[in-house]
Amino acid sequence: MYNKGYSFSIWHWDFLLLAGLIALSVVGLAVLYSASGNSWPVVKSQLIRMVLGFVVMMALAQLNPRTVALWTPWLYIFGVLMLLAVLFFGTISKGAQRWLDIGFIRFQPSEMIKLTVPLMLAWYFSERSLPPSGTHIFVALVLVLFPTFLIVKQPDLGTALLILSSGLFVIFFAGLHWWVFISVLGLGGVFVLLAIYTPVLHYLLHPYQLKRVHTFLNPESDVLGAGYHIVQSKIAIGSGGLYGKGLSNGTQSQLQFLPERSTDFIFAVFSEEFGLIGVVVLLTLYFYIITRGLFIAIQAQTTFGRLLAGSLSLTFFIYVFINMGMVSGILPVVGLPLPLLSYGGTAIVTLFAGFGLLMGIHTHRRMLG
Amino acid sequence: MNYKQLILKNIQLESQQFTDRVIVSWLGMILLIVVLVGHLIYLQVFNYEHYSMLSEKNRLDVRPIPPIRGLIYDRNGIILAKNITSYRVEMVPEQVPDMSILLQRLTPLLQLTANELDGLQKRLLRKKLQHRNFDRVLIRDKLSPEEVASISVYQHRLEGVYIDASLTRFYPFGEHAAHVIGYVGRINEQELKRLDEVQYKDTEFVGKTGIERHYEPELHGEVGYKKVVTNAQGRILQRIDQVNPVAGKDLYLNLDIDLQIKVEGILANERAALVAIEPKTGAVLAMASMPTFDPNLFVNGIDHAAFNELRLSPDRPLYNRAVRGLYSPGSSIKPFVGLAGFEYGVRKPTDHSYCRGYITLKNNKHKYRCWIHKNNRGGHGAMDFNQAVEQSCDVYFYELALDLGIDNLSEFLNRFSFGRKTGIDTFGELAGLMPTKEWKTVRKRVPWYPGETAIAGIGQGYTLSTPIQLATATALISMKGQGRKPHLVSSIKYKKEKKTEFIASEPMTVAVKNPATWDEAIHAMRNVLHGKRGTARDIMYGSSYQMAGKTGTVQVVKIKQNEKYDASKLKKEHQDHAWFVAFAPIDNPRIALAVIVENGGSGSHAAAPLAKQVIDYYLKKQKVIP
Repeated sequence: MYNKGYSFSIWHWDFLLLAGLIALSVVGLAVLYSASGNSWPVVKSQLIRMVLGFVVMMALAQLNPRTVALWTPWLYIFGVLMLLAVLFFGTISKGAQRWLDIGFIRFQPSEMIKLTVPLMLAWYFSERSLPPSGTHIFVALVLVLFPTFLIVKQPDLGTALLILSSGLFVIFFAGLHWWVFISVLGLGGVFVLLAIYTPVLHYLLHPYQLKRVHTFLNPESDVLGAGYHIVQSKIAIGSGGLYGKGLSNGTQSQLQFLPERSTDFIFAVFSEEFGLIGVVVLLTLYFYIITRGLFIAIQAQTTFGRLLAGSLSLTFFIYVFINMGMVSGILPVVGLPLPLLSYGGTAIVTLFAGFGLLMGIHTHRRMLG
Repeated sequence: MNYKQLILKNIQLESQQFTDRVIVSWLGMILLIVVLVGHLIYLQVFNYEHYSMLSEKNRLDVRPIPPIRGLIYDRNGIILAKNITSYRVEMVPEQVPDMSILLQRLTPLLQLTANELDGLQKRLLRKKLQHRNFDRVLIRDKLSPEEVASISVYQHRLEGVYIDASLTRFYPFGEHAAHVIGYVGRINEQELKRLDEVQYKDTEFVGKTGIERHYEPELHGEVGYKKVVTNAQGRILQRIDQVNPVAGKDLYLNLDIDLQIKVEGILANERAALVAIEPKTGAVLAMASMPTFDPNLFVNGIDHAAFNELRLSPDRPLYNRAVRGLYSPGSSIKPFVGLAGFEYGVRKPTDHSYCRGYITLKNNKHKYRCWIHKNNRGGHGAMDFNQAVEQSCDVYFYELALDLGIDNLSEFLNRFSFGRKTGIDTFGELAGLMPTKEWKTVRKRVPWYPGETAIAGIGQGYTLSTPIQLATATALISMKGQGRKPHLVSSIKYKKEKKTEFIASEPMTVAVKNPATWDEAIHAMRNVLHGKRGTARDIMYGSSYQMAGKTGTVQVVKIKQNEKYDASKLKKEHQDHAWFVAFAPIDNPRIALAVIVENGGSGSHAAAPLAKQVIDYYLKKQKVIP
């Protein structure tokens, strides 16, 4: 019964999505090669993670969304318990407590929560009639905010933002009233403004986060200190111009003026070396992948599939937008990698896992009468 | 059926609503992408030039290349100041994996003292406070070859430690001619403000005193530059362009280091100064100030204990007596005073004064005594100029000065550079003092007394002069007023242009109305050494050449007693200063000198014999005498 009439699906793979992801991975490896100072070991280890991610993606694509839905509540409970464990027994690295050391492997539960929160909310709403009632929305908010709060505590503002938005996207797609949505957005905006310009933030944020906010508002005030990242990355982007300086020719990155150039700030390396034209091509690639994800969401047959696919696609966009925004200086630095370009372990696997779920939703549809 | 339709309708409605929201969010996404692209266009297109420039500025660095300091030679081409390679060991703290382990390993290798470790910690802290990443921090300089070798051997265990070779100043003759050459030292904050910021970039040393200071512009050279590509740590990756520095010019001195060493040997164990000049050229042949010091101590920074020892020594070795020592000239000034009398027409050479041992002034019981009276030998009797100089009669010059008046006397002596700087080309010369009535009313706020004029006639009272002034004046007399200013440097070698510029000293002339008076003065000075009653006749027994000179014995004005001095020293401090000025040979003067021996006693016994030794040595060396 499966997949009839869908020529792009063999073994539940979605080739349109697959093509975009492969193209993006290739671009990512090329930029990483340059950003790492032409280091093959770095590229190789990233490639290994990508292959691992592909395997996980293929495996998850085989799962029927209905089966996934059955496991969801247990996955969510497990994830939250892990987060609590991190809070009490976690390993501290770079001033943040994100890791759980279980002897042979260091595990980052916040990565898992990135998927379990949208899963949980999609499952919760799929069991209830839509549009959701006030009580249901309240319960959904608690389900989102509790793990978000735990992650803010670690502290990992970037991931917390992602998880919060993935949950809010599910609530939005579930049919939250427009006026509620708009007023929440408005209130949020007012809160952010208040937070930035009044001392409220001092109580809520870690000193390093506070510093980042101040730096964002005026990076030139502290060129050699906290503002150094932003100033240098803007120089890198701006000096790339229209055509860029060419792969491995970016002076800002190759001469190490740019900090964290192979991880969070890899977009600056890309912009410096490929210029505006390269950036537009890259954005088109992301846009294509996200649009394909949203298309899958529209075509999904179950509420669970729809909400999950929609939320995962938009969260992927938020990922891209926040990273590019912070690197180019229109958003504060929150510490998020650029998906599939930045060097980094678990996050890549999680991303591919999400696309695996998307493929599964698309390729397990039943033909209607 | 109805129920199923309802469900179906709900599903359709729900699906429709979902699709709407997906489209809305898709449009929202496009909007945000447009904002992002707009921002990137702003950065990469509209501000491209700005960021491009910033990126170039990041990447390109202009590094100064300090010039090599010029060398100093004596008149025979013997090197007096040179640059030697000195090794220093430094560290880049950011590259040191474990500071305490590193220090544990370095301490036995270099025998680092607790003091040095303390200094190192301070430098490390200062660097940290200045946020100067990857700058090098000095561990120890002036490494011995053994230390360089042991650091090199263990280099692999000393990560972040580097050996750096640099040029440092070295004075091969050590304390000889130290006051003349002076020394260089590390540039301090005050000098940093005074010096040309560009020309002194990365230069470590600057002349602090002596020739090294006076000729700083010539010796320093011109800074060079290299344009380099650096990484964020400031490490040089590539050199693009280079402008070579121009080495400083070499200086050749008139000084004869051999004679200088001889002079210092003759003056050893005294607090004394001697300046010897070639009268025809003004060339300073030797200029000694004793005791002296080792200038090499100052080059890389002298430690506190050694500096205090030099600074607090009662013999004041750091003080350049030759150009800064202010003494009453005493009787050595008498030939010049006599010339002043002839010039102003108050005396003729044949005029006599009658010395009965003292004079008194109107309305004053005070006796201005001749030295002979103090020795209980009555007076000199009738004295003309020649006799008065030969026997150093004070009464003759008291009366002469009183007839001249202080202002005329001062005016005339100024022509010989008394009370004026001679203009010698070294650092810190003092002008001394030739008093006038106006000077006293302005500075002391009391009128001038005639008695002060009288004692000015024998070089006492307010008059203060330096050995260089007396040597210059003596040389001028020997040349009958047609001399040259004293000069230390004879030529400057321009290495870049490959040419040598000879420095002729400026003429220094004194014109008198009657040139025959020069002969009178020279003759009188000759009699000091060759006359029957000459005060210094003892030293010339059996000499094959003729010398002219004048002794001076200066009563030491009550010195404030320093309680640190021991009893025997105290006594010495109250003895007279001994002066002697002379030139030889008389008919063709080759050398003129002035020597002072502090608290040496009488000029004829303490100073004249030393001068004779120096002149003998020099004339023999020049083959003027066998």
